[in-house]
Parts: sequence; structure tokens; C-alpha cells
Amino acid sequence: MTDTTAKPINSFTTSGLTKVYGEGKAQVHALRHVDLEIPKGEIVVLLGPSGSGKSTLLNIIGGLDRATSGTVHFEDQNLTGMTDAQLTSYRRDNVGFVFQFYNLMPSLTARENVELVTEIASNPMEPDEALALVGLHDRIHHFPAQLSGGEQQRVAIARAVAKQPKVLFCDEPTGALDSLTGRAVLNVLKDVNEKLGATVLIVTHAAATAAMADRVIYFADGNIREVVENKVKLAPEKIEW
Amino acid sequence: MTPLDHKLLRDLWRLKGQAVAIGLVIAVGVLVLVMMTGLVSSLTNTRDAYYQRYRLADVFAPAVRAPQHLVRDLMAIPGVAAAEGRITGGALIDLPEQKLPLQARAISLPDFGAPRLNDIYLTDGRRPDGGHTDEILLLRDFAVINNLHPGDTLSATMNGARRIFRIVGLAQSPEFLYATPPGEMAPDDARFAVIWMGHTALSAAYDMKGAFNEALVSLEPQANLEAVLDGVDRLLDPYGGLGAYGLKDQLSNRFISEEINGLQVMSVAIPPIFLGIAAFLLYIVILRMVQAEREQIGLIKAFGYTNAEVATHYFKMILAIAIGGAVAGCLMGIGAGRAMTGLYQLYFKFPFLLFAIEPASLVTGFAISVLAASAGGVFVLRKVFALTPAVAMHPPAPADYSGSGRVTGWLDTFLDQPSRMVLRRLTRHPGQMSGAVIGIAAGMSLSVAMVSLLASFERTLDLTFNTVDRSDLTVTFTHPMSDKTIYELQRIRGVIEVEPARIVPVILRNRLKNYRGALIGLIEKPRLYRAIDDKTAPILLRKDGIILARALAEILDIRPGEMLRVDVLDSHRPKLTIPVAGLSDSLLGSPVYLELSALNLALGQPNRVSGAFLRIDSVYRDAILSKLKGMHAISSVTRKQDTRAAFEKMMDSSSGAMRYVMVAIAAIITFGIVYNSARIAYAERARDLASLQVMGFTKGEVAFVLLGELGVVTLIALPLGAVLGHYLTFAVSKGFSTDLYQIPAVYSPESYGFAAIAVIGSAVVSGWLVKRDIDTADLVSVLKTRE
Ligand SMILES: Nc1ncnc2c1ncn2[C@@H]1O[C@H](COP(=O)(O)OP(=O)(O)O)[C@@H](O)[C@H]1O
Ligand SMILES: [Mg+2]
Repeated sequence: MTDTTAKPINSFTTSGLTKVYGEGKAQVHALRHVDLEIPKGEIVVLLGPSGSGKSTLLNIIGGLDRATSGTVHFEDQNLTGMTDAQLTSYRRDNVGFVFQFYNLMPSLTARENVELVTEIASNPMEPDEALALVGLHDRIHHFPAQLSGGEQQRVAIARAVAKQPKVLFCDEPTGALDSLTGRAVLNVLKDVNEKLGATVLIVTHAAATAAMADRVIYFADGNIREVVENKVKLAPEKIEW
Repeated sequence: MTPLDHKLLRDLWRLKGQAVAIGLVIAVGVLVLVMMTGLVSSLTNTRDAYYQRYRLADVFAPAVRAPQHLVRDLMAIPGVAAAEGRITGGALIDLPEQKLPLQARAISLPDFGAPRLNDIYLTDGRRPDGGHTDEILLLRDFAVINNLHPGDTLSATMNGARRIFRIVGLAQSPEFLYATPPGEMAPDDARFAVIWMGHTALSAAYDMKGAFNEALVSLEPQANLEAVLDGVDRLLDPYGGLGAYGLKDQLSNRFISEEINGLQVMSVAIPPIFLGIAAFLLYIVILRMVQAEREQIGLIKAFGYTNAEVATHYFKMILAIAIGGAVAGCLMGIGAGRAMTGLYQLYFKFPFLLFAIEPASLVTGFAISVLAASAGGVFVLRKVFALTPAVAMHPPAPADYSGSGRVTGWLDTFLDQPSRMVLRRLTRHPGQMSGAVIGIAAGMSLSVAMVSLLASFERTLDLTFNTVDRSDLTVTFTHPMSDKTIYELQRIRGVIEVEPARIVPVILRNRLKNYRGALIGLIEKPRLYRAIDDKTAPILLRKDGIILARALAEILDIRPGEMLRVDVLDSHRPKLTIPVAGLSDSLLGSPVYLELSALNLALGQPNRVSGAFLRIDSVYRDAILSKLKGMHAISSVTRKQDTRAAFEKMMDSSSGAMRYVMVAIAAIITFGIVYNSARIAYAERARDLASLQVMGFTKGEVAFVLLGELGVVTLIALPLGAVLGHYLTFAVSKGFSTDLYQIPAVYSPESYGFAAIAVIGSAVVSGWLVKRDIDTADLVSVLKTRE
């Protein structure tokens, strides 16, 4: 995490980002001309009602999907013009994902699920270390079916952070969890942000989550309605659910 | 080991049932390939080595009587390595316990030492001593079956004179691997003997002092067979040469070569069918697996795994199954090849065996199975490439069944909920369903074809012995007799009907093609022995032309209306030119018919017969046989039931046995396909089915949803499999047919029945196996994880 003046301070910069699904009458404008800046090292919460285009935005800046028009920059790289192979190596080197439904490989143990990522990362931490970070050091040989939902989500986070990513994308990470477990998961995300200096982007429709963010982006109908910078961040365990 | 490899191993373990079923299909394909090619090369090597070690001649040249000194002239023909003149003649053996005299061929051996060509393999006792003219060697299998041993005596008639011989040894010979009675098609060890005895003794018996009546010639490596045959014919012509022929036309060798050819054809034709089906199965399984794992694939891609890395992962799974199957197939193929070769050794009576597995077949088996599997895999991997990582981010979208609403709408009113689910799924996934239908139909068609083949052989026998030959006895005379002999036979008490026949050995020629066979002269409208057309209706014989077996017409490349050259190898050996008047569809042998009086006219010997067909009253059979046994001019009496039995035996051993092996293999494949279809359907729907159970559906209802699908697929596959089987039967029959026997593509209801039962049985067993899994499935773990 060296800091040089030449380095941009933004993790992501988008301009005119548009995504249209389908054709003709069935067309859905999931994103409409989104202009956005996400500074490096912040926790950013993306809030909005279901169907407002949050996941779509996340997928595009995460390099999982392509925009219909507009541009996305990650630091000084333009993601928009990248080939599939370039996008793949962008994800491999820089990005960690956490999904609402955990998406663990059912046929792999907790540690093997983490190894799946450390295997191909350029500067990974030890899988056990990553699992310890999420408090699962005693569950490393369990299969997903033997873990609770919260534990599965923590494995997913361990998996996402184990590569020491520059950015961590979390799409509804607590969506399938109860409040207590949800807070524990958010706590882990905060730790990761502090310890690794990673930019963390959390997508959620639970407004209370906004309290832990450096920056809150309110999303509606495919566009940004408002961006709020929090002067004071709340610890996740203090969040009212 | 990388995490993806862990996943691979665990996935393989989870899919072990299917993996084994597919691996088995591949293994069977490779097994057949390795076994058959091993069999072919082992038998070919053994045969060639046997021929070589016992110096089997390359050219056989019968003559009426040639002086001994002609052997030196034969040796002088360019390309001839060795030559020998021997004496041979027909003989009848009279065994006290046999109602009929048995046919034998007497062959001379040098008085001392081994012959230069056509040596014998002594299995018991010793060679006859030239000084003792009553000493003989007997063909081993004939001796064993008839309980004759060295030291026993044997009564035989040679050239009309009966003598008592002493058996001093038993022998086998590469010349008589198939011991076939003259004029018959199937070998019969019990009814045909070979007697070897000293040259001096035999020349006295056949009045051949200082002469021989069969020349044997071996060739130098580069020799031109046709040129040597011409040279030999020219030399022997003044001495009643009956046409020299090469080893390939020698009867025993022809049978062996046909058998080996048949195996060769099967080894080329059958494995691709199995491997093709295996590839198709792999394709379906991996395709559905990839569809089921699309989110996992998306996820792995989201982490930054490249397309190539993900593809490699799934490709490894394909390879693991293909290689596992191929290895198992190779091992089983070697074992089965060894076992089958052992059987064939007994059947062919090889004194030794050179077992050899073709290394090339192992490589080919491996390569083909991996390629076939990969071909299936490549199509699937295209789908893997096309998946965007974003699919991992979406919760699983419920499959869109809206399109099926219209199709099944009017039916819905009649159906309960589970039935609707079955029906909608079938109409919603026509691709997957037709894949399963085609797979099952392919398995069924294989069963149909293989069982039809059994029925085809039955049909050949039935046609030959009930429709073509309706006699009870066939009598041949030692030489052409006046047709008055027929009346003599007619007068025997119990003889109902007698039909004359004149059979002469001939060489048929059309341009460069030629064929050694026999011309059969029969009355114009025969009742006991008939030519039949393709509708099994009798064909009237013609005075103005030959009726030719269809298979022979193909070999000779001749059509009705064209002229056929007929070199008669009998009487004064006329060379005739006779038009082909029509074709017959006899299935056994390749007979050539001409009306009797026309044949006699062409031969310049009116009113002659060389044999007769008899229909008798079975009450008088023993009396008739003993009467015939006493008649002088009769050289053989053959009961049709014996000939038929010999045929059935031939059909049930060797390549016959192979047909049963093929039926078993077809059944295995059919089961493999059906079981796979059931497993795949279950794997795809485990989660849905668990949800149904959670909602309160009983296990029976849940099983119905799944098995109903399997049932419908099976029912659709049955008629399709029958149609495919119909066409496959034609292809397979054609492959099995030779000029010695034709295998008709018959419609046999029982083969469709068998195949249908195999499919339905497989479906029931597969359904039961899957149902067992549904019953024991752990609901919670199925629901908890998304696969
Ligand atoms: N693959 C797709 N095809 C068509 N429409 C889609 C697809 N994915 C998302 N959408 C539509 O785009 C809009 C935004 O979806 P999404 O980004 O998932 O919303 P959010 O995550 O905010 O709930 C929704 O109206 C949704 O129906
Ligand atoms: Mg979303």
C-alpha cells in the first residue's frame, strides 16, 4: 500500500454507465447514465430498493458483466475496453466477491473453498489465516452442508479476502442471515477493510447498514439519487437492525 | 492437489454410479475391439504357423493319374519351391455299431519318413511302417468320437475292395482343420475320417503304381500363384488334370479364413457403435452436469479462473471416465481374448496357440475412447465458455415453464399435480428428453440387431433343411450310374419318393473371376431338393440356362442373360458356355443348378445320375439303411438330420458363440444407457424433489414425478428403437454373410420382444435403484446446498 502522488485516489470512476437488458418491448434499463466515484480504502454502502440496479452496477465494476455504454475505470485501467482474458486477470488479481447465497462449492471443505482462490492469486494469505480472520479456525475441514448459514457466509468472506484483494464486493452479504449473525459478518468486513486496506463495496437494501460506511450511495431506478459521506462511522455491533 | 482436483475427485465419487455406467459402456466397446483384434491376430498367427510348421502346400492339383516322374517337371516350374505327388481316394469305413458306412479320405504318406509337403501332427502312436501295408493313421477327432484307439482294427472299403486295417496312430493335419464330409457344408467329426497310409500300400489299393493323383506344390516367397497354377495345369492336363487350385480355395482353409474374416468384420464394425453410444452418453451427462453447475462455474470464473482452467477441470472428468473405461476395457479385452482364443483353439483343433494381443488395438481402443469422449466434451465445453461469471451473482432462476402451458393446457384438466409436472418437464426440455430417447433407442436397436442375428441363423437352417431340402436321405454313387438305378432305389420297401441328381465338380469363370464349386443337375420340377427365390417359392430348373445362387452371381459379377463359362472337372472335362437363366436365394453354400437332362447332354453322357434324394417312411428307416449299406455302387448315404445337427453345432460354437457374447454386450449397453438416463434425471432434480417432500408430497408421489418421466421416455424410445433396430439388422446381417452361407435380415418378432424387455427391464431396475436413493436421500442436506 505505497502511496505515490501519481496514483489516483479513486478505486473506481464511472461515467455515463448504462446497462440495458433485452430488446424491444421487453427492454429493461437496469442502469441509466451512472456517474460515480469510489475513493480508495473506503467502506461504501450501496443502498436501494430491490430491482433498482445495484447488483447490475456491482457486476459491471467487478468485471463480471459488461456495460451497454459508458466507461468504468479501476484505478488507471479502463475496464470497458478489456477483453475477456483481461477482465479475468483483473478479477484474479484485484477483486474479491461475497454473494448473498454464499455460493460455496458443496463438494469442497471450508479450507478447500478458500484454497480455490489462493491457488490462483498472486499474493494470497494462508487459507487457515483467512479462516481465522473470520473466526472459523475450528471449522476448516467441514463441508458447506455441515455449516450454518452465517458460518457459510464467513467462509465465503474468508475466500474473498484470502487473496488480499484491493477491492471487496459484497452483494447482500447479510441478506440471508439473522441480525446477530449479520452483524458478525459486517464486523468481519470492517476488519478486512482496516487490516488489508481494501476498498469494500457493500450492496444492501437494509438501510441500517449505512451507519458503518464511510460513504453511502442511495440508488433508485437505475441511477444515483444521493451520495452521503458519514462524518462518524458506527461499529457494526452498534447498528440498529 | 489443487482444490479443483479435490472437487473433481469428490464429484466423480458423487457420480460414481453414472461414471461406472458410462465407463462400462466405453469398456465394452474397447473390450470388443481388443478381444476381437486379439482373436483375429492370434488365430491368424497360429494358423499361419501351423501351416508353415507342417509344410502345408500352396497349390493342390488333383488329376486322374499322373506318372511319378512328373514331380520333377513340377519342381521346374518357375516359382515352385517344392512339389510332391500323392495318392488320395474316397473310402468308406464300416463301423459295426453304425447303421451307415462313414465317409473317409485315404491319403498316402511316404513309406518312410515325413512327406515334403502336408505333414501330419502325430498325437498318438506312431507313423505307419512302409513294410506293413495294413498299418494306418486315423484322423484324431474321428477316432476319439468313435472310440477307436491305436491297436484297434478298422474295416474300410477302398476302390470297391473291403480290407481290414490296423490303427497304429492318430494324427491331426492343417489340411483338415475342418473335417467336412464330401458334398456337405458343415464339419462333422463323427461322420468323416481321414486315413493316412504308406504310399506302396495305397498305390496298390487304388491301382496307382508309379503314379499319383494329386500334386502338392509349395511356392517360393515371390512366386506368382496364377502363373504357377497355369504351369501345373498345363503339365497335368494330359494326365486328367482336374484343375489346380490355391490354398485359398482349399475347403478347410476357406472355412477358417471365413471365420477369421467374420471376426475381423465384427472387430471393425461393432466397437465404433459402442464407443459412439458411450460418447453420446458422456456428452449428455457432462452437458447436464455443466448446466446443473452453471453457478459454480460462474463463481469460479468470478474468482478469476480462466475459461481454459475451468474447461480443463470438466475435461479432466471426461478423461477420467474415458481412461478408466478404456483401461478396464483393455484388461477385460485381454482376458476375454485369451479365453475366446482358447475356445477357438479347441474348435479349430490347433495343436498349439500363439496368443497375441495387438498392441495397436490397445492404443486404438484408448485413443478412440478418449477422442469419442472428448468429441462429446467439446460441445459441452463450448457452453462453459459461453457462461458469464455474472450467473453466479443471480439467485437460481426457476426454469421457465410458461411455454409449456399452451401445449399441455387442455390436458391439464385430466391430470393430477404430479402428472402435470411430468408432462410439463417433458415438453419444456425437448432437447434433453430427445437425447435420452435417442440414447435408449440406440441401445435397444443394438439388442434388436444382435438377437435378430440369432433368428437369422435359425432362418438359414430352417430354409435349408425344410424348404430347400425336403428329403430324408441323400445317396451318392461311386461313379455316374444309369438312371435305372433310381428305379432300384424306388423298389426298396419304405422308400416313398426318389429324385435323381447329377453333381459334377466345376470351375465357374466369368472374365477374371472364377469359383470352384459343383453344378447340380436336377429334374425340371424337383420336389425333394429345390432352388428357391427370395420369397422362398420354388424355381423351375431350366434346360437352356443355369440358375445361380445370388451370392455367387455377385462374386462372379454376372447377371442373368450373360454367358458363364463352366469348366467341368469330371468325365472328359468339357469346357461349356452356358447362359445364366436366373438367380436363386439359397442361403447355404452357393449352389449352381441346371436341368438334369440338359446337363447330361452337355456332358455327352445321357441318362446318368450320380446320386439321389430319398423320402422314406421312418418306420422302415433301419431296414432301408442296412439295404443301402449293402449296395455296392453307393459311396455315401447321408441323413439330413445328421447334416442339420452338424450345422447347428457349427452355428453354436466359435462365431456362433460370439453371437451370444454380442447379445450379452448389447444388453449391458442397453442397461447402461437407461440407468444413466434415470440417474441424470435424478441428479438434476434432487433439489426439486426434496422441496416437494418438504411440501408434504409422499415419497411415492415424488418418485412418480421422476420415474414417470423415465417411463414416458422409455415408452417413446421403444418404437424408435424398433425402427433403428430394423435398419441395424440389415447392416449387421450383410456383414456376417459370406459365400459359404448368407445371413438373411429376418424380421423376428422375438428379437423386438427381447429388446423391448431388455429396455423395460433396465428401466424398472434403474427406476428401483433411483427410487432407493430418493427414499434414503437426506432432505436437509439436499436443500441446504445448491448444486
Ligand atoms: N439477466 C437479466 N435479464 C433481464 N433483466 C435483468 C437481468 N438481470 C437483472 N435484470 C433487471 O434489471 C433490473 C435491475 O436488477 P438488479 O441489478 O439485479 O437489481 P437489484 O440488485 O438492485 O435488486 C431489474 O429490473 C431486473 O429485472
Ligand atoms: Mg441484487
